[in-house]
Amino acid sequence: MSKILGLTGDETAAEAMRQINPDVLAAYPITPQTETVQRFSEFVADGVVSTEMVRVESEHSAMSACVGASAAGARTMTATSANGLALMWEIVYIAASYRLPIVMVVVNRALSGPINIHCDHSDSMGARDSGWIQIYSENCQEVYDNLIQAVRIAEDKDVLLPVMVTFDGFIISHAMERVEILEDEEVRKFIGEFKSPHSLLDIDNPVTYGPLDLYDYYFEHKRQQIEAMKKAPSVIRKVGREFKELSGRSYDLMEGYNMEDAELILVAAGSTAGTVKTAVDELREEGVKAGLLKIRVFRPFPYEEIAQALRGAKAVAVLDRSASFGAQGGPLFLEVRSSLFEEDRRSPVINYIYGLGGRDIKVEEIKQVYTHLEEIAQGKKPIELVDCLGVRE
Amino acid sequence: MPSLKELSKKKELLSGGHRLCPGCGASIIVRQVLLATEDPVVIACATGCLEVATTIYPFTAWRVPWIHCAFENAASTISGVEAAYRSLKRQGKINRKIKFIAFGGDGGTYDIGIQALSGAMERGHDFLYICYDNEAYMNTGIQRSSATPRGAATTTSPAGKAIPEGKQRERKDLTQIIAAHNPPYVAQASPAYYNDLMRKVQKALNMEGPTFLNILSPCPRGWRFEPSQSIQIAKLAVLTGFWPLYEVENGKYRITYRPRQKRPLREWLELQGRFRHLFKEENKEIIEEMQRIVDEREKKLLALAGEEV
Amino acid sequence: MKEKGWKEIPIGGLILEAGNAEKYKTGSWRTFRPVRDEEKCNNCLICWIYCPDSSIIVEEGRIKDVDYAHCKGCGICAVQCPRKAIKMVEEGR
Repeated sequence: MSKILGLTGDETAAEAMRQINPDVLAAYPITPQTETVQRFSEFVADGVVSTEMVRVESEHSAMSACVGASAAGARTMTATSANGLALMWEIVYIAASYRLPIVMVVVNRALSGPINIHCDHSDSMGARDSGWIQIYSENCQEVYDNLIQAVRIAEDKDVLLPVMVTFDGFIISHAMERVEILEDEEVRKFIGEFKSPHSLLDIDNPVTYGPLDLYDYYFEHKRQQIEAMKKAPSVIRKVGREFKELSGRSYDLMEGYNMEDAELILVAAGSTAGTVKTAVDELREEGVKAGLLKIRVFRPFPYEEIAQALRGAKAVAVLDRSASFGAQGGPLFLEVRSSLFEEDRRSPVINYIYGLGGRDIKVEEIKQVYTHLEEIAQGKKPIELVDCLGVRE
Repeated sequence: MPSLKELSKKKELLSGGHRLCPGCGASIIVRQVLLATEDPVVIACATGCLEVATTIYPFTAWRVPWIHCAFENAASTISGVEAAYRSLKRQGKINRKIKFIAFGGDGGTYDIGIQALSGAMERGHDFLYICYDNEAYMNTGIQRSSATPRGAATTTSPAGKAIPEGKQRERKDLTQIIAAHNPPYVAQASPAYYNDLMRKVQKALNMEGPTFLNILSPCPRGWRFEPSQSIQIAKLAVLTGFWPLYEVENGKYRITYRPRQKRPLREWLELQGRFRHLFKEENKEIIEEMQRIVDEREKKLLALAGEEV
Repeated sequence: MKEKGWKEIPIGGLILEAGNAEKYKTGSWRTFRPVRDEEKCNNCLICWIYCPDSSIIVEEGRIKDVDYAHCKGCGICAVQCPRKAIKMVEEGR
């Protein structure tokens, strides 16, 4: 019997972690992730989990300890945001290259500078080439569901890649929502036991992790990582199907909202997808064929599915909550556009950078985007291919 | 301590075929350390000469479980391994006794790795950290570290016309810094005194909690001497008082080897090309200053150990 | 050694064969080789404890041989032998 609780995003993450009951958690506090680890510390102090908690002295040491623990056959988790992720950047790449199934909570926060503790996606987008699977959560329920599925995805023998599950700082992490929590036993059965293929603690079979690769072998090791990412989408879908059987909630690499006959489509990730859904509902009442394509999994990027989903569109706007300075647009825009390159017929695609540093985005502003898309669909040229939404000129 | 004959019956846990320089102090140290172990060990190693030369893909010289993660995090990596062990043991998933050792050069320990080491010491993980101190960033080309002695020439502190002495700053006393964390055991050792070194390794491993060994690792390439002299130089470093052999057990200081007759520092300096410039007439004050510092530190150490000069 | 393709090697950069560096023959680095005088040697094993390359082969507490496949000819054994029982001889002589 599942329970309905009122939880903030951070509390939800802590609850999922309680049920996952990782063998090791190594983490360092950074706003707005702090409540997750604080809440989890209470579980540790009360003996409710068997987790060995390592209260490391920096995020670099957090990911280093995770690498050590995971290589030693422990189910390992951590959590961070923004500059914490930036500080562990070197080791984030290493964790993926050693094929360690670490699961990390990333509470999306803007990268400094100037220092800003509020939400944008620059942190996780900055790590998009690290080799980690990246899953974006729209709301607290998704935080819970994604974390549980992440464990299975990471540890799948065809994948063996670390997974980061993100959710928006303060907007989701510190706001209370209705969350359906499964039974402890159900989660335990769903994630099963972690069987590390090559553990450092397997004394009778000593392994060497992290040798020096010269130019004669590094490329081959990277090719293996490319292959794992290629296999990941089918594993993500398989786990999603099994999760649906358990919870009744379906998960794929993307989610279409009112997409069946949509002509004007917004592409977005994170909590803004929820705001867009409200805008779509209102516009549909007015007869506008508005739709939302929500990106759940950014890495591996579902380029084929996106091309298919956007086939019927008359105009598309991609919302990016991070900038890629010097690029033609934001990271989501570039990937979406690339997905459409092979299409015989491509609809116009424009890009809005929005919400940087926690700048709020309102339903009205989103509706304005749809209005602009309407103009484009009617043949009016777009003013800018890439624009900033919500910045003061 | 078992005799050399008894020890020679143990399996060699570092194979031949590694690519450390001929005469490298680090390889001698690792062999002696591994011979001293009684329980199975898992090793974390920082980036550096030892790590790079023993694990060039697809070869590994290690016959024990071993992980290299990055340069500055041997201590935090081993913290994770040890935490995993504690967790799995507590859950009944593992029941054999395993000990944990982290190796780092002076680069990965005194400088870029000091934060991770300090954190691991303070958190009290059950592990032994061994620094093989060759007094410079050797693997990247003999650049100065905070462990480089004053007066040594390195590639980033060469002796020149404007700065004749080479490195101008005194070296850091990391052994004391770690002792200030109040761990159960901290000690200095030299591979020339193998019984003392191995006894210290065993002592540290038989304790619970964080322990630290700082071991002088002569580097033929970086210190500029003939490879066959490595052990001689490791011996003279002790006999001149430059590298005292002592231990701190739960705060109590003990000098584990006191040379019957202390030799002047010059006898150690003159064997190494990195100090050659000090023997010019205009630089003789630097040698006097270096001798003064060695004497001063010896006095302080003797006082801490409750011994007389 | 023929180089392997990405499908043939373990993932993650792992090396699964402990101590396989043995296959890499560093003996070719030598200019001088240690030669032991069996008459003078009393098997104190000091050369063994100081050898950086695990290249003094000891059996039943007695020195059997030098592992010339790996010995780099550093000469520490010759310098440290208390009985001067080891001489460094130039290779090719």
